[in-house]
Amino acid sequence: MSIKIALAGNPNSGKTTLFNELTGSAQYVGNWPGVTVEKKEGRLKGHSGVDIQDLPGIYSLSPYTQEEVVTREYLVGERPDAILNIVDATNIERNLYLTTQLLELGLPTVIGLNMIDLVRKNGDSIDIEGLSRRLGCPVLEISALKGEGCMEAAEAALSLAGTGLDKELPHVFNGSVEHALAHIEESVSGLVDRDLLRWYAIKVFERDKKVLEHLAPGAEVTAHMEEHIRDCEKEMDDEAESIITDQRYRYITSLVSETVVRKVHKGGLSLSDRIDRVVTNKYLAIPVFAAIMFLIYYISVTSLGTVTTDFINDTLFGKWIQPGVASGLTALGASRPVISLVVDGILGGVAAPLSFIPQMAILFLFLSFLEDCGYMSRVAFIMDRAFRKLGLSGKSFIPLLISSGCGVPGIMSTRTIENEKNRRMTMITTTMIPCGAKLPVIALIGGVFMGGAWWMAPAMYFMGIGAVVLSCLILKKFSMFAVDDTPFVMELPNYHLPVAKNLAMHVWERVRGFLIKAGTVIFLCCAVMWFLSNFGFGADGFGLVGTEQSLLSVIGGFIAPLFIPLGFGNWQSVAASISGFAAKESIVSTIGVLAGAGGIRTFFTGSAAAMAFLIFNLLDSPCIAAITTLAREMNDRRWTAFALAYQNIFAYVISLMVYQFAGLLTGAVSFGPGTITALGLLALIVFLIFRREGGKVVTGGLKYEHN
Amino acid sequence: MKTLDKVKVGERVAVTRITGDGPIKRRIMDMGITKGTEILVRKYAPMGDPMELNLRGYELSLRKKDASIIQVD
Repeated sequence: MSIKIALAGNPNSGKTTLFNELTGSAQYVGNWPGVTVEKKEGRLKGHSGVDIQDLPGIYSLSPYTQEEVVTREYLVGERPDAILNIVDATNIERNLYLTTQLLELGLPTVIGLNMIDLVRKNGDSIDIEGLSRRLGCPVLEISALKGEGCMEAAEAALSLAGTGLDKELPHVFNGSVEHALAHIEESVSGLVDRDLLRWYAIKVFERDKKVLEHLAPGAEVTAHMEEHIRDCEKEMDDEAESIITDQRYRYITSLVSETVVRKVHKGGLSLSDRIDRVVTNKYLAIPVFAAIMFLIYYISVTSLGTVTTDFINDTLFGKWIQPGVASGLTALGASRPVISLVVDGILGGVAAPLSFIPQMAILFLFLSFLEDCGYMSRVAFIMDRAFRKLGLSGKSFIPLLISSGCGVPGIMSTRTIENEKNRRMTMITTTMIPCGAKLPVIALIGGVFMGGAWWMAPAMYFMGIGAVVLSCLILKKFSMFAVDDTPFVMELPNYHLPVAKNLAMHVWERVRGFLIKAGTVIFLCCAVMWFLSNFGFGADGFGLVGTEQSLLSVIGGFIAPLFIPLGFGNWQSVAASISGFAAKESIVSTIGVLAGAGGIRTFFTGSAAAMAFLIFNLLDSPCIAAITTLAREMNDRRWTAFALAYQNIFAYVISLMVYQFAGLLTGAVSFGPGTITALGLLALIVFLIFRREGGKVVTGGLKYEHN
Repeated sequence: MKTLDKVKVGERVAVTRITGDGPIKRRIMDMGITKGTEILVRKYAPMGDPMELNLRGYELSLRKKDASIIQVD
């Protein structure tokens, strides 16, 4: 049985750096069951049998956010052997707020006081021994950045692991509260472990819904406790939850005044503040942001990115790997179909997404840098107002931005969105922004049907943004997305240079995930696509056939009638769309192969149909790599199913409207059942946007509820 | 009663009361805005909302709508 040390602390306190320092590369990253919250654990370096469980960065242990709930359930339910609480010394008051709560859990706790070198640089000082004495637990100086003191702190936690708690808890609450707590403890003492009695009593006092559900104390006991709580509320002239929070901070303020000596510099601006004078400046903020993004995309996609992509596609695969494997297989005596399967189907199909990896890695390096240094929170701050109307917050902006490069890191970056419903909604809509792989499709349609107009690509980006906005407006009215009133309250951490090791691990984690997908899922998809396009029932029965007779054409032909109202009800267009499943660029190659001499004009009755085709493929479900990422992040089959259904239905509806209305204008379509359907769908959408939202949840007092 | 969302940039105020209840109030208090806390209004975002506050030694972003439940003087 391994020893588990839980790592807990505020966001931006250096917890990730500490975790990496303690575990090196021996980490496992996944999700907590059923939620979209990231779960990280690792083995403590040099100590076999000791695991470090990284807990989500949290400010408190309230019952209101997923991260807090997950953390509470772990600490209360799984009872790690010790807690290592990382406290940011430059932000000590707010960090200690969590500490007071952790100490009540009845687990051996060690505090790692981080960034104390920065404190000293400011001319301040902290009486560590005094702090330790008052809090009743060891306090060790650490610098996660420099790797100093980290192992010592972990080992201190280790030495306390499994020991009983005989230390006195700090006196956080006043007499009136303690009186009520004593009564509550008495009432629930039979229902909980002795170690957790204090914790539960405080939670009951706060009328914590989740705890009350869990304890189910019974109507009489509940009424008795409620009476004492109300007495205290009357005495303190405040509401229970606030009393607790208020007193915690009062305690901390007095604790800090006794143990922290601050050099007086109230008026001065820190470096971070000075940077923000430009970065969040009323007039400069958006231009600065645009400039930064332009630079990043220019380097990662346009210049460096294109060089590496072309190298992989044309040289690595085109000149070396594909011919090499082909000749190798020929030498081994492999049959032509097999060679074709491997060289054209698999290698050819896999080359495209693989060629994206350098671009992705560079892009992700820049974006991780921006996030780790603290800039991304400024971006959320600037953009928040625009997102409020959509039921989202500024934090949703970043995934949408990243998805313009690739949907895979875009979906993964939704992790920073605290609100789970917002996170899910962002995940579902983020791939409506055209990714890099969709650009060739835009270029093809734009080139053939729009005379190569320069405005095609920007127009499609705006269309994507419009689709996101529309989807959010529609979806937020449904109760499964309706956000209870969690406020958008976000810290703007001090800017700091990211730790190279953290950055490298971030990027590697993303790239590695994509590589694995390329090696498995995309690989499989390409093989299947190749098979479907090259095999079918021909004159000699089942075997190798031309594409006209392939299984793909049969499947495509079967589905094609569905797309007649969209203007492209032919099997070739459908087959091309299906091939986008493996990788969106494949649409171009597939439709090129199928077009042959006549060119692709033969598939579309005009530019309206071509646009409908384009828009359908821009808005429908993303490539399999992104779909599997979505499935993993959603961590819930029903949600994933919903996401895919919504994306495809939405794409279908919008494309239908585009074809019908644009077709009416160009004369390709005459007024009929198609146009009437389009009008009906339009009316439906308008209704969905403007209807009244479902009722909001109202919080009440202490009530006994049957379970 | 003046509320935080009406405070001008550069003004320093102290919290007198937080109205309402539920997750919003809890969240605001969790972040350190309690009775008596001193807050400096650093700035308002370029689009006018949210606001950036300095309190307890750190910077916090808060929407004006949520700030309106915080009474100050």
